[in-house]
Amino acid sequence: MKKSYQRLEVNLTNNMKQVIHRNLSKNILRFGLIILLAFTTSLSAQDGDPAKGKSLFNANCAACHKLDKKMTGPALRNVEQRLADEQGLDRDWIYAWIRNSSAVIKSGDAYANKIYEEYNKAAMTAFPQLSDEDIDNILAYTAQEKTPPPSGGNGNVTVNPVEPIDQGISNEIILGALAILFILLAAGLYLVNKTLRRFAAAQNIELPEATKRKPLWKAFVENQFLMLVVAIFFLLSSAYFVYGYLMQIDINQGYQPVQPIHFSHKIHAGDNGIDCKYCHSSARVSKTSGIPSLNVCMNCHKSIYEYNGETTAEHSKEFYDGEIQKLYAAVGWSDSEQKYTGESKPVKWVRIHNLPDFVYFNHSQHVSVGGQECQTCHGPVEEMEVLYQHAPLTMGWCIDCHRTTNVKVEDNEYYEKIHAELSKKYGVEKLTVAEMGGLECGKCHY
Amino acid sequence: MSSNKKYWKSVEELNDSSIVETLKQNEFVQEIPVDEFLGDKEALEGSSTTRRDFLKYVGFSTAAASLAACEGPVKKSIPYIVQPQEIIPGVANYYATTIADGFDFASVLVKTREGRPIKIENNTMAATNGSANARVNASVLGLYDSLRVQGPKKDGASVSWDDLDAEVIKQLTKAAEAGKDVVLLTQTFASPSTSKLISEFKEKYGNVRHVVYDAVSESAALDAYQAKYGERGLANYDFSKAMTIVSIGADFLGDWQGGGFDSGYAKNRVPDHGKMSRHIQFESNMSLSGANADKRVPLTPSEQKLALAKLHSLIVGGGYAGKQLPAKVDDAVKKAASQLKKAGSNGLVVSGIQDLNAQTVVLEINEALASKAFDSKTPIKTRQGSDKDVATLVSDLKAGKVGVLIMSGVNPVYTLPNTADFAEGLKNTFSVAFSMKADETSTLANYIAAAPHYLESWGDVELKKGHYALTQPTIRPLFSTRQFQESLLKWTGNDVSYLDYIKDAWGTGILSGGSFNQALHDGVFVGTIAVETEDTTDVSSEDTETPASNAASALARSVKGTEGLELTLYSKTGMGDGQQANNPWLQEFPDPITRTSWDNYLTVSKADAEKLELVNENEATGALNGSYANVTVNGNTITVPVIIQPGQAIGSVGLSFGYGRKAGLKEEMMTGVNAYALYSNFNTVQNVSVQKVDGKLHEFACVQLHNTLMGRGDILKETTLEVFNTKDKKYWNAIPTVSLDHEPVEVTSQDVDLWDEFDRSIGHHFNLSIDLNACTGCGACVIACHAENNVPVVGKEEVRRSRDMHWLRIDRYYSSAETFDGDNAKKEEMSGLWGEKGSLGGFGEMEDPAENPQVAFQPVMCQHCNHAPCETVCPVAATSHGRQGQNHMAYNRCVGTRYCANNCPYKVRRFNWFLYAENDEFDYYMNDDLGRMVLNPDVVVRSRGVMEKCSMCIQMTQKTILDAKRDGREIKDGEFKTACSAACSSGAMTFGDINDKGSKVAKLKEDNRMYHLLEHVGTKPNVQYQTKVRNTTEA
Repeated sequence: MKKSYQRLEVNLTNNMKQVIHRNLSKNILRFGLIILLAFTTSLSAQDGDPAKGKSLFNANCAACHKLDKKMTGPALRNVEQRLADEQGLDRDWIYAWIRNSSAVIKSGDAYANKIYEEYNKAAMTAFPQLSDEDIDNILAYTAQEKTPPPSGGNGNVTVNPVEPIDQGISNEIILGALAILFILLAAGLYLVNKTLRRFAAAQNIELPEATKRKPLWKAFVENQFLMLVVAIFFLLSSAYFVYGYLMQIDINQGYQPVQPIHFSHKIHAGDNGIDCKYCHSSARVSKTSGIPSLNVCMNCHKSIYEYNGETTAEHSKEFYDGEIQKLYAAVGWSDSEQKYTGESKPVKWVRIHNLPDFVYFNHSQHVSVGGQECQTCHGPVEEMEVLYQHAPLTMGWCIDCHRTTNVKVEDNEYYEKIHAELSKKYGVEKLTVAEMGGLECGKCHY
Repeated sequence: MSSNKKYWKSVEELNDSSIVETLKQNEFVQEIPVDEFLGDKEALEGSSTTRRDFLKYVGFSTAAASLAACEGPVKKSIPYIVQPQEIIPGVANYYATTIADGFDFASVLVKTREGRPIKIENNTMAATNGSANARVNASVLGLYDSLRVQGPKKDGASVSWDDLDAEVIKQLTKAAEAGKDVVLLTQTFASPSTSKLISEFKEKYGNVRHVVYDAVSESAALDAYQAKYGERGLANYDFSKAMTIVSIGADFLGDWQGGGFDSGYAKNRVPDHGKMSRHIQFESNMSLSGANADKRVPLTPSEQKLALAKLHSLIVGGGYAGKQLPAKVDDAVKKAASQLKKAGSNGLVVSGIQDLNAQTVVLEINEALASKAFDSKTPIKTRQGSDKDVATLVSDLKAGKVGVLIMSGVNPVYTLPNTADFAEGLKNTFSVAFSMKADETSTLANYIAAAPHYLESWGDVELKKGHYALTQPTIRPLFSTRQFQESLLKWTGNDVSYLDYIKDAWGTGILSGGSFNQALHDGVFVGTIAVETEDTTDVSSEDTETPASNAASALARSVKGTEGLELTLYSKTGMGDGQQANNPWLQEFPDPITRTSWDNYLTVSKADAEKLELVNENEATGALNGSYANVTVNGNTITVPVIIQPGQAIGSVGLSFGYGRKAGLKEEMMTGVNAYALYSNFNTVQNVSVQKVDGKLHEFACVQLHNTLMGRGDILKETTLEVFNTKDKKYWNAIPTVSLDHEPVEVTSQDVDLWDEFDRSIGHHFNLSIDLNACTGCGACVIACHAENNVPVVGKEEVRRSRDMHWLRIDRYYSSAETFDGDNAKKEEMSGLWGEKGSLGGFGEMEDPAENPQVAFQPVMCQHCNHAPCETVCPVAATSHGRQGQNHMAYNRCVGTRYCANNCPYKVRRFNWFLYAENDEFDYYMNDDLGRMVLNPDVVVRSRGVMEKCSMCIQMTQKTILDAKRDGREIKDGEFKTACSAACSSGAMTFGDINDKGSKVAKLKEDNRMYHLLEHVGTKPNVQYQTKVRNTTEA
């Protein structure tokens, strides 16, 4: 289990970095050139290939090291240079250290022991599989100059999804043109009318005066039948609206409370494509999907201390970084010392999906047995910057789905007999949940 | 014919049928109490609010309320910081542990949800004497008792454990210097590690004495066993090996010698290949065992002694030297003796007489029979108290000889007969009481050392010799508590935790190479070698009395003429020794015999009641009232309400322990009277004089006359073993017929059915089978149902108004004895006229059933009729039928018309007259945050105004199905369970899927004994009953 988490961390850092690539197209170009060079010219062992080094770094080192920030292990920007300058250690020492650090420590090497002590006696994982060339590549990568962060001006929304801007404009133009046309027409008519009246006045033609008739409203009031019809209509329609109003009470579709930590499902499930059930793991086996405990967050956020993805004016990088700090404060993680302080304070999330107590809903029945996607009920979570209740969560809504959804019976021995017999009885190929008994009161109410 | 016998539920039904008639017509005996919320007329008239104003206010407040209701409350969800690996929210974990509270000892499984223990279940892996009884099932609620002591206390003020430790160690050394005694007064722990620990404590402080005190003493039996076999323990009995059981005053289905014999007993009660055990009971009180016996002989306690001596002379020989027994009893003893002799090693004799000689006689008889059921090799260790030691302690305390008194698991100020002496003695000594409550004793002690509940503790128990069990915590301690053993470790200067201490003790001795973790996982460990443990009791063989060389004749001679009545004290199924008196489940649990809750009472025979002018009356509501009587033992008088008990031996009365608690419990729970005051010399039998107290009557909360089954017969089918073996099923278990075209047609036939049959042959179809032969009426299922389904407690007043909420009740029927065969013709005519006063009176004249009735228990819950009368009358379709056979109840749909309850022939529907949760008027566990932790999160807590009933534990069947679906497998027989069937240790309840043709319940459905309750109504229930068969053969 732990291992797979680590793998995921690595993948995540990859993803994060890729986000940077997208933002910095210039860099991509430059890396591309380097890659091209790497293919065309054979570089000497001494120099190494920073592009290959980068992928090796991400695969092997990034769980504990960052280039510019002390993490589980030290920051590695220009590590070779620094070691040579400050400690007088050459590349061979680095080879030895990477392949088997504990051996170096045991040999009594002064600097190795110093580092070992400094980092809470956590020995670095040995990487005997890395060849000299690999390490050279990694070192080449670490030796790269730090790229300046993107300036504030174009820091906001750098990548625009293909928005239908043109179409929007053309629509507006058409509408505008039509409006102008109508205004012109109205003006024209008014002018014509005015001109005609002037002609009439000029030619002394008497315009027929409108005789004073009974006002329309009075006639309306006096017509009892009409009044009755209107009254009935009015009552019916108000009943309709009152009913509609009453029926939506406590239906919290669209409920989007402000959470104590701005957790963006868009960034996690969308941009980074984390599986819902990685964090909401109990959805597989339990009635509740479970709000992930903070230690699950820290599986990744131990090494992801900053946000490098897309930002908006409202949600800047600083904003997101602040939210990560909130997580650290809650779980009691000291980022500077890279250890837990033990002072934690639980996060009081605001519950969004609230079913009444008299309804029994089981996530595992739907997720594991029924094979439903989370999005079926929870909507496009991966696009939600702030999560909201997508479905009405009414009984009618449940029932509608049970009526139309087929039971997933494939490879499930439990269903074998009952499905064969029931589908024969109902004369259908595939049974819906309702036909299986999913509309019975007692299945959800007890 | 099975319907030969007339069943009646109370004496009143025989005497005065008008009330019964009223009740039969009215399910709900009281009007809705509108006055309570409308106020009285005077106040209404005096008010300045006009009707118009009132309507304005109502309109305004309704509008305001509905506007306010539009805003849903914001709910917070707080996840773990670090989620424990074993906890998945929404998924239950089970832990094996052991209860050992000094009275109840049982290996159990604890169901926990999100780290909260919510239910006690049987540990099927551990069948060492004792499955979870009603009290053990209810014990989980004690964990969440709001009146628990939340930390150590000195004179009512909180102190720290450090202060307490310092003071105790100071006092211990002081006592050692002054040459005063240090006494540990404890319950029976039966714990090898605690014994070791106590001997270490003795070594450290010298003059330490360990006194083991059982509130309800088995000292006589212990002494007898010790004298005979040299070890302090109780002979073990395996009732599953006994085919002829003779019990003289032993309620072995109750709490006799620690209890737990019922599952073994029930095994031979089900006729198998035409054979079943024969059980003869000689007793004075009507007990559970007597109620289950094939033949019950009522006799006074002193006659019991004579009967035992006589039995001894008939089986072992040696002549009989006692007084002459009444002819009827004498005959019964002789017959019992001949049957025992015939049974030989399949016979068994047990006795509950608290007398050394009597217990020795029992051991001798069983040895003479070479009884297979009698096991003297692996004695039961769960009772170790010594009456003599306790008596010495009390006098020592009074004399000021004791320097330090440390108590754990005992409440002597409540349980001792000479409480005043003990309380006085407490003043002369420094005392610490380990207690969960500020109870009678601990409030008088210098310090209350807050003790944890057993679900928060570590421990080990030797249930019987070589059979060990472990106690493990299932929740982190809720309060600042520390258990006795942990404290002893501290006071002996030992730094290890008690867990490590147990591990060490087990590793070096008990386990002999076995794995501790495996033992902890299983909860039990059966040792391969006997481990010598320290003698904990300080009861050396010189200390104990030795029985007379000829115990039987000594026993017979000891019986002298008695004046007045003989009182037998007993422990009630619900309350036991009274430790759990603050447990509302147990208070509301109706006694299996009297069907009375929230009380104890003096049981008196009908004849004696007439003599003493004691009466029982029913109010028009059906509520039971009874006279008070003064009961005097040696000048000690208490006033007790009286219940006239059919089957009570004339000349004897009974009274139960466990009630009359005054400290450490809520006011509502301070019910009954303290019978320990009469328990002088720790003898359960006392000579008493009883006088009627004139004046008002006591109001009982008795469910006896409530929910009558409309007087319809064929409710409880019964036959004898002889008929069962020789006659056709049609004779003793006929399906009722109706006339169709002048031809009798069985009611089960589709031709006479009002409804079309729904095809339930696909999928699951649940059935519950209840074997009336195996059911002992112990009531474990009732409490298990409470715990599983969040059934509310309504309190004494509401029970009295017949608004009890039990989803599962155990009806107890008294029957007339087998003496009226000649009146068959007359009787059958009368049975057709059931309900008319004449016939009831006629039966009364014809029989005198109150003297010694036969008894049958019948658990009744929702019968889940396939053609349910309740479903057709619900105007809002709140109750409907599922394909799987369950009758569903959608609480959120119910509007409370109660039509369904009126139309239910079984009277199993319960109406929520009030909101029972979070309501100060019902200040039980559902009214505080702590108590609500016991609620099952999978079952909704019902609100006011809705009907509820047994759901056949649909949450459990659904979970079983879901688990199978998730694993992608078929469901095996035995996986489906209900709370009641899982709690039933006697195997009376079998639940399963009848569409699974190989399942046990499907076979039971085809059994000859199977019948449905009120079959002629044509409801086609999914609960089956197995006809009761009695082994009446006198051979």
